[in-house]
Amino acid sequence: MSTVSTRLPVRAAEWHLPYKGRVGMSALIAGESAIFTIFVVAYVFYLGKSVTGPRPSDVLEVPIIGTICLLSSSLTIWRAERAIEDDRMGSFTAWLGATIVLAITFLIGTASEWKKLIYQDGLTISTNLFGTTFYSLVGLHATHVVIGLALLSSAFLFSLFGRVDSRQSERFGAVALYWHFVDGVWVVVFSVVYLIGR
Amino acid sequence: MSDYSLPNPGTIEAVVSDEPRGTLLETLHEWVITVDHKRLGILYILYSTFFLLVAGAEALFIRIQLAFPHNHFLSAQVYNRFFTMHGTTMVFLVGMPFLFGFGNYVVPLQIGARDMAFPRLNAFSFWLTAFGGLLLYYSFLGGGGLYGVGNAPDVGWFAYAPLTARSFSPGHATDYWALALIVSGFGTFGTAINIIATVVSMRCKGMTLMRMPLFTWLMLVVSMLTLVTITPLTAAQFMLLIDRYLGGHFFDTQAGGSSLIWIHFFWIFGHPEVYVLVLPAFAIANEIIPVFSRKAIFGYPAMVAASVGIMFVSLSVWAHHMFTVGMTSTSNAFFTLSTMLVGVPTGIKIFNWIATLWGGRIRFTTPMLFCIGFLFQFLIAGLTGIMLSVSPWDWQLHNSYFVIAHFHYVLVGAVVFCIFAALYFWYPKATGRLMNETLGKWHFWLFLIGFHITFDTMHFLGLLGMPRSIYTYQPDRGWNFLNLVVSLGGMVQGVAVLIFAYNFIASLFQGEIAGDDPWDAWTLEWTTSSPPPVYNFEEPPEVHSRRPLWDLKHPDDPDWEYEA
Amino acid sequence: MQAKRIGRLARFGSVAAWLWLTSSMLAQGPQRVPSTLAPASTPAHQIFDLSVFVVSITGGIFLVVGGLLAVALFRFRARKSDSLAEPAQIYGSTQIELAWTVIPVLIVVVLFLTTARIIFAIQDAPKPTAALDVTAIGHQFWWEFRYPKYGVVTANELHIPVSGNAASRPTFLTLTSADVNHSFWVPQLAGKTDLIANHINTMWLDPNTPGLYLGQCAQFCGTQHALMLLRVYVDTPEQFDAWIKSQQQPGRQDSAVAAGRKVFETQACMNCHTVSGTSATGRFGPDLTHLMSRATLASGAMDNTPENLREWIKSPDSFKRGALMPAMQLSDEQLDQVTAYLETLK
Ligand code: HEA
Ligand code: HEA
Ligand code: HEC
Ligand code: CUA
Ligand SMILES: [Cu+2]
Repeated sequence: MSTVSTRLPVRAAEWHLPYKGRVGMSALIAGESAIFTIFVVAYVFYLGKSVTGPRPSDVLEVPIIGTICLLSSSLTIWRAERAIEDDRMGSFTAWLGATIVLAITFLIGTASEWKKLIYQDGLTISTNLFGTTFYSLVGLHATHVVIGLALLSSAFLFSLFGRVDSRQSERFGAVALYWHFVDGVWVVVFSVVYLIGR
Repeated sequence: MSDYSLPNPGTIEAVVSDEPRGTLLETLHEWVITVDHKRLGILYILYSTFFLLVAGAEALFIRIQLAFPHNHFLSAQVYNRFFTMHGTTMVFLVGMPFLFGFGNYVVPLQIGARDMAFPRLNAFSFWLTAFGGLLLYYSFLGGGGLYGVGNAPDVGWFAYAPLTARSFSPGHATDYWALALIVSGFGTFGTAINIIATVVSMRCKGMTLMRMPLFTWLMLVVSMLTLVTITPLTAAQFMLLIDRYLGGHFFDTQAGGSSLIWIHFFWIFGHPEVYVLVLPAFAIANEIIPVFSRKAIFGYPAMVAASVGIMFVSLSVWAHHMFTVGMTSTSNAFFTLSTMLVGVPTGIKIFNWIATLWGGRIRFTTPMLFCIGFLFQFLIAGLTGIMLSVSPWDWQLHNSYFVIAHFHYVLVGAVVFCIFAALYFWYPKATGRLMNETLGKWHFWLFLIGFHITFDTMHFLGLLGMPRSIYTYQPDRGWNFLNLVVSLGGMVQGVAVLIFAYNFIASLFQGEIAGDDPWDAWTLEWTTSSPPPVYNFEEPPEVHSRRPLWDLKHPDDPDWEYEA
Repeated sequence: MQAKRIGRLARFGSVAAWLWLTSSMLAQGPQRVPSTLAPASTPAHQIFDLSVFVVSITGGIFLVVGGLLAVALFRFRARKSDSLAEPAQIYGSTQIELAWTVIPVLIVVVLFLTTARIIFAIQDAPKPTAALDVTAIGHQFWWEFRYPKYGVVTANELHIPVSGNAASRPTFLTLTSADVNHSFWVPQLAGKTDLIANHINTMWLDPNTPGLYLGQCAQFCGTQHALMLLRVYVDTPEQFDAWIKSQQQPGRQDSAVAAGRKVFETQACMNCHTVSGTSATGRFGPDLTHLMSRATLASGAMDNTPENLREWIKSPDSFKRGALMPAMQLSDEQLDQVTAYLETLK
């Protein structure tokens, strides 16, 4: 193995590239945003086009508690991120636990909302266009919350058993990024479904 | 002046390829569980070559049926299945996996990386794509449902609602279609994420963005475009399945649903999709044309900017597939303009390629011949694209054979030609042997002639009023002779493809030994052995310009002194 | 002036292309080519003239760019006599690159402005009061045509009046669908427009020469999309008035074929077909009130002869496999009777 020496430019500065997990997660988020956009467009396009009732204004109630929980979970996970970066593992576990509790509260809220809609108001996915678009959009978001919850819970379990430390902070950063995305999407879904569409 | 740790080609000891050979079963097992980007790349390419033969055979059946008016070779239903499967297969199981296969194989080598960013995701993505293909073709057996006679989807590759609704499309064929595309779509999505992460995070020392080979640049752009292209299709397919299985009403016209929204969603995917197919073809041409004209690519920054420009503009032109659905005149005018504007960055590319040839010393090897065919054909195809974008004229041309001619000119004349070029170009790298040049030239000329007989003629059929998707036509329309010509051209292409297939396999055993750098090329993949070792590079390379091997071969006149 | 020259060019191109293409075809019997190159109505004409303009511009681009490419390939091919050194490396040139960005932009502007004019001219053309209104409804594999002002309903064969300089009477079509998407396309008369359920589209035609114009459904709509053919008869004003008058009559009552009529009304036929003046009011299939005024059956799948009619009723699949009319399992006698009955529906 021989090397050749040539005239070379001044040495480039130190070689730093972004963390691949974060890049991958950002790419995933870009794609997911497109999926959500399509469902949101469908929702908006079909607003008021249902042939039969019930209409959104008849049955929807604004899920204030769930929304507060979900939005504040962005805050708690941010604290958890800071904690893991500084290797404060106790604090990390606590903030992560808080995030999980908030997420579960949100899901319970959605579940009870759906229960009311189905049993009390008789709105199912096949009732009318509103039912179809509503359950698809909110359900798609809820699915993402569930996936995020699974990721957070596994991180939580690892940290309970002391298997996480600041060396994993970049990885956890990617998970947190996903969670922020899920929250951000909720802001859109919430405004479209409960504010504009009602 | 300091140490420059780029291995001199030909000096790597060839011990690495001497792995002990296992039994057939062990080898197979190794290939199935592999997470190596090179093996996955090869798997992708074998997979798509197989489907090229299958979908090509379907095209030949289509052409036999249409060779004569009132022909009874295929029934209406079988014909409809064949053209649906032909289009779907060619786009999703041939075009995309081929191009992502090359991306997989070449990108890590070109950026001096050891593997992709996420090797296991890479394997997972491949198997998803593969499974999607199986699912699609399984519909031939299972599409009719448990008790029905088997059948395949027959709704066209664009599957316009409400033809796909349960009431118009009973059985499971349409479900197989939707599921297969969802599954392979996730595979594609995974690969796109992977390529982005690889290009962004795995580049070797010194490879700044503006020093990346153009192939890698375009694969990055394509992957970004894929992120926002394949996902709307997935979303729309989910809606379709919700309609079909949960009684939803997204596309149910009885319940106020709209066919138009499917059409929009489909083309929001479908139009960028065609650029997802053609940008990798550009990427291939960007590597091959400079090497065989012995010149640096002309206007590298403009090439990058044009690709990024195409990516953005292509997101805003989808409704040029919908000029006849009854949009307002203002929308029609808008989409006419935005579509025409795509011609500007694309033109820049064509001009830069010509400028690269200009003043060069052009060697007409098989890969170069295919690229030259690509240049001419893409020029014509682009101009027929401009004709289609003239919306009033498109009211005549839409859904006629003129459109079929336009898009085969791009998909075959540009994309498939570049795929062939790439196969000849990188084959020696992947196998250590060159493909036979004589057979290669036979392949090229026959395919070229067959291509023009088939697809040039189709334009006139379109102008004479022949619509697409028809399994038969009346003898008094004046389309008889031209259709016969088209069909004969298809057969010539078939012969050419068979020659290729033979060459592809035979060269594996009889091909001339290639050496590391058979084409005297300039990017990093040619510094390592052929085939490259599992870990790609003995030492992580370091680069200082876009053409590290040029610097190496011309130490007195290195590239980095000229690059801005 | 400019427009006139283009128009003349267009006509010349039309004739030349027409001669060349028709003569190069193996003609089998009389040909009736639905060619976009032989326009016979204002929208089709405007499109044709526009297309000639676009072809000359794109053709020019092709000659220039393709020519440069050919020259490059020829002049700079590697030769045996070449020295071994590499050619001069050129990395780019801002001026040249700017030039070939700006020129295409200018071409695009010209193309766009020309196109936009025609878009608005055709699509937003005002509707004269004399215009004839026809509603076209697409069905899986056949066309329904309704003339609301005249109370006429027919199928598959559209009759419209000629609209020359003497009497301008364009036809305005309202298009929609009863099931999946279809597309109305008669290349010599106008571009195509889709028929979409829950969605109303419009288009207009003003044919300047009487005659028969062929077209067919241009949007894949299922199994028999290929046999969803379309015939447009452009009538002189007198012919058209006569046609309307005859179509306004209720279905003929002929006691000689009472048996056939009975079959028609007792079998399921009347659930799907209308014969006005009888109890048959189905709308799933074509209106049969004046079946015999049509030259073809089942949207052009076959000629309207007694044998074909009988065979069609016996087994629609033998002409048009996948058509949505079921074989009604009639006995031979019933078949004869119902055919005889339908033969009287002039
Ligand atoms: C790889 C695939 C590919 C590519 C690259 C393109 C490229 C283009 N396509 Fe094509 N197209 C398809 C694949 C592709 N297309 C497919 C598959 C369909 C049909 C789908 C279906 O219905 O099933 C279709 C259909 C289609 C339609 C709809 C037709 C219809 O259904 O009615 C239109 C209409 O505008 C169109 C336009 C264009 C244009 C303007 C380009 C442009 O990108 C071309 C740009 C290139 C040039 C213009 C040439 C080079 C430029 C110069 C030399 C500069 C000077 C030029 C000018 C100033 C004009 N295409
Ligand atoms: C990359 C994409 C791609 C490619 C490469 C091709 C290649 C070809 N296509 Fe295809 N085509 C499409 C994409 C493509 N097509 C799409 C998207 C549609 C629209 C579908 C729709 O409307 O839904 C379409 C539709 C389409 C139609 C219109 C059908 C209709 O509307 O009714 C026709 C008709 O002639 C056609 C012909 C051909 C021909 C002759 C080739 C030839 O170039 C093929 C050459 C290859 C071969 C001939 C292979 C030879 C192989 C053998 C001879 C051996 C076989 C052996 C074994 C299997 C063991 N294609
Ligand atoms: C289930 C509905 C249905 C029934 C029942 C039915 N038809 Fe039809 N019929 C159709 C449809 C749909 C078409 C159009 C088929 C096509 O062109 O694809 C048609 C077409 C026809 C045509 C050709 C019309 C034309 O304008 O070209 C005739 C004639 C006809 N039917 C006669 C009959 C007779 C006679 C019977 C009873 C013995 C009958 N039909 C029963 C649905 C039906
Ligand atoms: Cu109706 Cu095609
Ligand atoms: Cu397009």
